[in-house]
Amino acid sequence: MNKIWLIFQREFLNRVQKKSFLIATILVPLIFPAIIGVMGYIFVKQEEGATRTVVEVRDESGKMQLESTDRYEFINIDADKEQAKTAFKNSDHFALLYIPNFELSSPDGITLYTRENPSIRKMEDLESLLEGRIHDLKLQQFNIDKETLKSLKTSVDINNINVSEEGAEKQSNTQAMYVLGFILGILIYIFVLVYGMQIMLGVIEEKTSKIVEVIVSSVRPFQLMLGKILGIAAVGLVQFAIWMILISVTSSAALNFIGMDMPQKQAMEQMSKQVNDPEVAAAMTDNPMTKILATYEELNVMSIVFNFAFYFLGGYLLYGALFAAVGAAVDSQQEAQQFNLPIMLPLIIGYFALFMFILPDPHSSASFWFSIIPFTSPVAMVGRLAFDPPLWQLILSQVLLVGGFIFTTWLAARIYRVGILMHGSKVNYKVLAKWFMMKG
Amino acid sequence: MEALLAKGVTKRYTSHTALDRVDLTIPEKSIYGLLGPNGAGKTTLIRIINQIINADEGDIRIFGEPLNQKHIGTIGYLPEERGLYKKLKVGEQLIYLAQLKGLSRTEAIEKSKYWIKKFDLAEWWGKKVEDLSKGMAQKVQFISTVMHEPRLIILDEPFSGFDPVNAQLITEEILELKQKGCTIIFSTHRMETVEDLCDHIALIDKSKKILEGSKKQVKEEYRNNTFVVDHKGSFNFLNGHYELISQKPSEDDYFRSLVRITDERSPNQLIRDLTEITEVHSFVEKIPTMSEIFIRLVTGENQKVFANYSPAKS
Repeated sequence: MNKIWLIFQREFLNRVQKKSFLIATILVPLIFPAIIGVMGYIFVKQEEGATRTVVEVRDESGKMQLESTDRYEFINIDADKEQAKTAFKNSDHFALLYIPNFELSSPDGITLYTRENPSIRKMEDLESLLEGRIHDLKLQQFNIDKETLKSLKTSVDINNINVSEEGAEKQSNTQAMYVLGFILGILIYIFVLVYGMQIMLGVIEEKTSKIVEVIVSSVRPFQLMLGKILGIAAVGLVQFAIWMILISVTSSAALNFIGMDMPQKQAMEQMSKQVNDPEVAAAMTDNPMTKILATYEELNVMSIVFNFAFYFLGGYLLYGALFAAVGAAVDSQQEAQQFNLPIMLPLIIGYFALFMFILPDPHSSASFWFSIIPFTSPVAMVGRLAFDPPLWQLILSQVLLVGGFIFTTWLAARIYRVGILMHGSKVNYKVLAKWFMMKG
Repeated sequence: MEALLAKGVTKRYTSHTALDRVDLTIPEKSIYGLLGPNGAGKTTLIRIINQIINADEGDIRIFGEPLNQKHIGTIGYLPEERGLYKKLKVGEQLIYLAQLKGLSRTEAIEKSKYWIKKFDLAEWWGKKVEDLSKGMAQKVQFISTVMHEPRLIILDEPFSGFDPVNAQLITEEILELKQKGCTIIFSTHRMETVEDLCDHIALIDKSKKILEGSKKQVKEEYRNNTFVVDHKGSFNFLNGHYELISQKPSEDDYFRSLVRITDERSPNQLIRDLTEITEVHSFVEKIPTMSEIFIRLVTGENQKVFANYSPAKS
């Protein structure tokens, strides 16, 4: 045990004392809010500075009577089509909208003349404006007055309340859960890959620098492997913790900065309304932010943090041992590639399952299986955490994960102890199997 | 008490047997040469002693005790394939390796400082190993082998990679360690090393030990009444008591002959007989060098070795 601790310390210090670690640890949390801040700033500036798009309208039908909006200014032209076109060419207006005489049932022949290709967004905006207008006209045709019309439009906002067995009611917001599940799942995926690779590279380095023979004359290969895996895990956890703290500090500072400036904030809200789908916009009626924040407060934060840390470590240990075995088997990084894909495959499957099954329907049977099987559960179950999976499933999944990493560690250790002393041998799966069966 | 006693040590791999019932007796405070051609099983044996791998059969005792985890600190091992952590500083490296051998941190710091001064590397303490020259890195590696004061030191080809000056330094260090009571096992191909330093030797070939004993004993065993004679004027033996193995002319009318007594006659009788037929200038017994014994045993080509005799030790 004492020796595992020594190796753990050495591996940890080696990495933490590197300049690259320091730079990555400090820069990443600054870069992300900076990028978001800059993007937000540019967007706000653009919205503020945006002038209304001027569209000339030649309406031969006389029915449309388009009213100018925040974003579009409509100028009615009373000349014939050819004259209007020549006039438009000499103006600096965005477009000329030509509306011929048409029947309400078949509005054909509406044409937009522009100098440059209009963006999809502008086309859609204009189409929906026209559609809305025709819609109104049709209603009028059927003698439905505007008041009746207004009373027909209802905004429905489903308040979702989870009823747990204890009878406590929790407010939940599926959209917020989706985002949380998405972020947690991706974090685990990235962490396992990045630090798993670190283990592999560390083992290859020890092997190629030939130091390993000296080390294993002092410690057992298993101790060396475990000390290395745990040491790198500690590096990852420390880095992650620092990131979380720095990101929350910098983003709250950034939010404060934006919050102080009222017009900008309004613009931001406007932006969020425009960006989201109509359904989402409907869900975020009077004060969407407070509602989402309330949802997050309702979540059992402690349980999510604990379970996230559990899968974070469990997934890492499960895959880390396999990466260590690959590092021990090969002589160079290039050689390792043939073994990397089969190891990463279940992780990638878990990653896709997160999008395809878990987030759209966290309680389906596919979601259940992905979050139970140890190789996919770190990504899959973490995606479900926010949706409050049944306790028994959580416990089953965690027990299997512990079993899973004990199994992979055992398997990896058997390959590792032989592999680290082998140089220049051509390694394939048959050779690995032979090493696995070999006696001490 | 023996520093190491091995009985019937056997290691089998799926395709071949690496060690086949090897017995070794390594006396305490000796320098013991473990010889053998490449692939004979020396590295396997050394790895078993270092508990890097386990023997399938057999029994190993270190200073009377069965080999166990405790002996990690008792043994110092310098593998043939040298290696250190390239990115780690010299000082930290030595402290780490000593701690792995079981020293406390304070002891490890103290010992590594002592040794680094002794080898004139003090100014390199804070430098990374990758900045060191190959010779310096070798010295650091040697320090890491002996700094925890092991009673049994195993050196696999210790002089490879050293220039003559550093090789001399290491030789002196080895002799000093022997004086302090350490037992040293050499695994080597270099016969001059064996000739100069070893008291005892064992020869391993094709997984089996084929020879073991003190250097003196071994040489005694392999001398075979052969004498080197420098003489003026050639001769040819007519009687059946002697065998003329070779006769080579040197300058003028001088010759050097290799003569073996084939029966019970004494060397004195040979000299007497020789003086009658030629002018003897020198007469010396040909004691086989370790190199000759080695080649003879490994290849089995007895005649060839003696035919190519040259008196100066290579």
